[in-house]
Amino acid sequence: MTPATLFDKIWDSHVVRSIEGGPDVLYIDRHFIHEVTSPQAFDGLRTRGITVFRPGKTTATADHNIPTKEQELPIKDELSLKQVETLNHNCSEFGIEYFGINHPKNGIVHVVGPELGYTLPGTTIVCGDSHTSTHGAFGAIAFGIGTSEVEMVLASQCVLQPKPKKLKITVNGSLQKGVTAKDIILYIISKISAGGATGYFVEYCGTAIEALSMEGRMTICNMSIEMGARGGLIAPDLTTYEYLNRIHSVESRPDFKSLLLRWRSLKSDEGCVFDRELVFDASKIRPMITFGTNPGMGMAIDDTIPGAESQGEGKASFLKSIDYMGFKPGEKILGHPIDYVFLGSCTNGRIEDLRAFSQFVKGRKKAPGVTALIVPGSKRVEQQAIREGLDKVLKDAGFELRQPGCSSCLAMNEDKIPAGKYAVSTSNRNFEGRQGPGSRTLLASPLTAAASAITGKITDPADLLNN
Amino acid sequence: MLKVKFNILESTCVPLPLENTDTDQIIPARFLSATSREGFGENLFRDWRYDKTGNKNEEFVLNNPKFRGEILVAGKNFGCGSSREHAVWAIADYGFRAVVSSFFADIFRNNSLNNGLLPVVVPEEFLKRLLAMIREFPDTKVRIDLEKQDLILLPTGESLKFEINPYKKECLLKGLDDIDYLLNIKEMITAYEFRNSLRQ
Repeated sequence: MTPATLFDKIWDSHVVRSIEGGPDVLYIDRHFIHEVTSPQAFDGLRTRGITVFRPGKTTATADHNIPTKEQELPIKDELSLKQVETLNHNCSEFGIEYFGINHPKNGIVHVVGPELGYTLPGTTIVCGDSHTSTHGAFGAIAFGIGTSEVEMVLASQCVLQPKPKKLKITVNGSLQKGVTAKDIILYIISKISAGGATGYFVEYCGTAIEALSMEGRMTICNMSIEMGARGGLIAPDLTTYEYLNRIHSVESRPDFKSLLLRWRSLKSDEGCVFDRELVFDASKIRPMITFGTNPGMGMAIDDTIPGAESQGEGKASFLKSIDYMGFKPGEKILGHPIDYVFLGSCTNGRIEDLRAFSQFVKGRKKAPGVTALIVPGSKRVEQQAIREGLDKVLKDAGFELRQPGCSSCLAMNEDKIPAGKYAVSTSNRNFEGRQGPGSRTLLASPLTAAASAITGKITDPADLLNN
Repeated sequence: MLKVKFNILESTCVPLPLENTDTDQIIPARFLSATSREGFGENLFRDWRYDKTGNKNEEFVLNNPKFRGEILVAGKNFGCGSSREHAVWAIADYGFRAVVSSFFADIFRNNSLNNGLLPVVVPEEFLKRLLAMIREFPDTKVRIDLEKQDLILLPTGESLKFEINPYKKECLLKGLDDIDYLLNIKEMITAYEFRNSLRQ
């Protein structure tokens, strides 16, 4: 048997048929849907006069377009309300499990999936959302798809996909104080660039990756798409099994023990070949911040923005980006005043992120000029935060715990950052206008967000940790 | 279900040399609340076409009457970012039938192929020359022949071959739908499910 990568093992075992000179027909074990990318897919089914092939394998949640306050009241925005109602109606009609707003299992789709125990090693998972790569943290092949492909999966439980190439990213070493999983992935993207891994599926390994909790691993895999990769995965290990065991003792899946036996083979074999390999030293990574308008434009928080001449062919785009952000080439942005802080999103909206943020701000006060949006990734995260008293810690420090949703990450709802304002954000994209027309996003970790919320300026969390 | 077919396209071009144009620029998130596929063309590059007060931004290429056409010529890594297929619907609804670039983001390329919008990859050096030619001669016409996989610069006759997946090419030429294909192999899918359940 030729040594195979974990990616190959999972992909090859899910191919129903390989089309000559074309894509593979890939069977999908779990399909997640939400209100923004599904309406047209269901309409497509109706037009064809067909139904959902395997309704039990699709799970729906409302997350992108919903408010994060007063969720008990009807949604005010007409279009948002219509989209959410459309999803509700579609799920009813086609017999699909749906966790709507206010449901105890509601939340951001990539936070909810693992919570429900649906995200499992060795499976294929898709969703009409590019951050589906998050689920790769469990050793699954998970990737984002477009609405036409959502329709494909609903109709046949399969998707047509060309098999990507394989990229191995190894991160070894120990993290410095104040440096987190978010900083690792921002660092990697800054070295590879926003399109650097296009055409590849990543496997992350190395001691620094293995040392991460499942939530830290989800943060890493989540942002695989931001370097252009199809997705990213991490081989399951004891950390994975312990997490799943906790979830499953609650959900009590009967065949868990036999699955556990199968999962032990889910790792890349000795001597297997990747198409490309990169190695990084975790001990060199500092708290990161982005300064431009794509996630690859990041640097250590106390570093200087590169000069325009270093950009070669990309000089014009670079200057446009820096200008949009109100920065200058060669500028140091540590200490720059900020206006907003957003803790949340499928990247950093889980209980460990809320704990880290709360622990940091405990006994301190939010800077008066800063508006903060603290958004839990799901109802479960929200409830757990309340049980742990984090909402009180946050309140004492001048912060308010909101209700779950994608919120300011893409600002489809009213949680928009106004034009010209700087937002330190634990989300995943800093494109022009991403958080609201004219808004200026600075991507960072929850610790950096907490430190900056306290001082009202871009702040290295390590500085405040020493006090 | 037949979709739009693509065979030969001969048209002038609209140049967008910027690199890393992401799908948030192509169609901002606030326009994703629609529940149908229509009408997205109006909001294509909305925040680049119009300023904050809703006035046309004369500097932006789509507002420049010199440049018209069904072919968009774009800088590398076009369509990066969110998987929103709405970006492709907006480009197609506006009137484009093909996008030419040296590099496309994966999901965007897949979405384009699934909607009859042809993504054509050309070498970086050729792209630079093409953009320069269009800027100097806005009525430059390009011919794209999908069957032959040829892109021809009509003023000079220079032609190059472009890559496209043979299956996708067939679908585009015949107006075939991926879902029809999948529905036709339902038995194979059920057989796979059965084999897999035996393995557990």
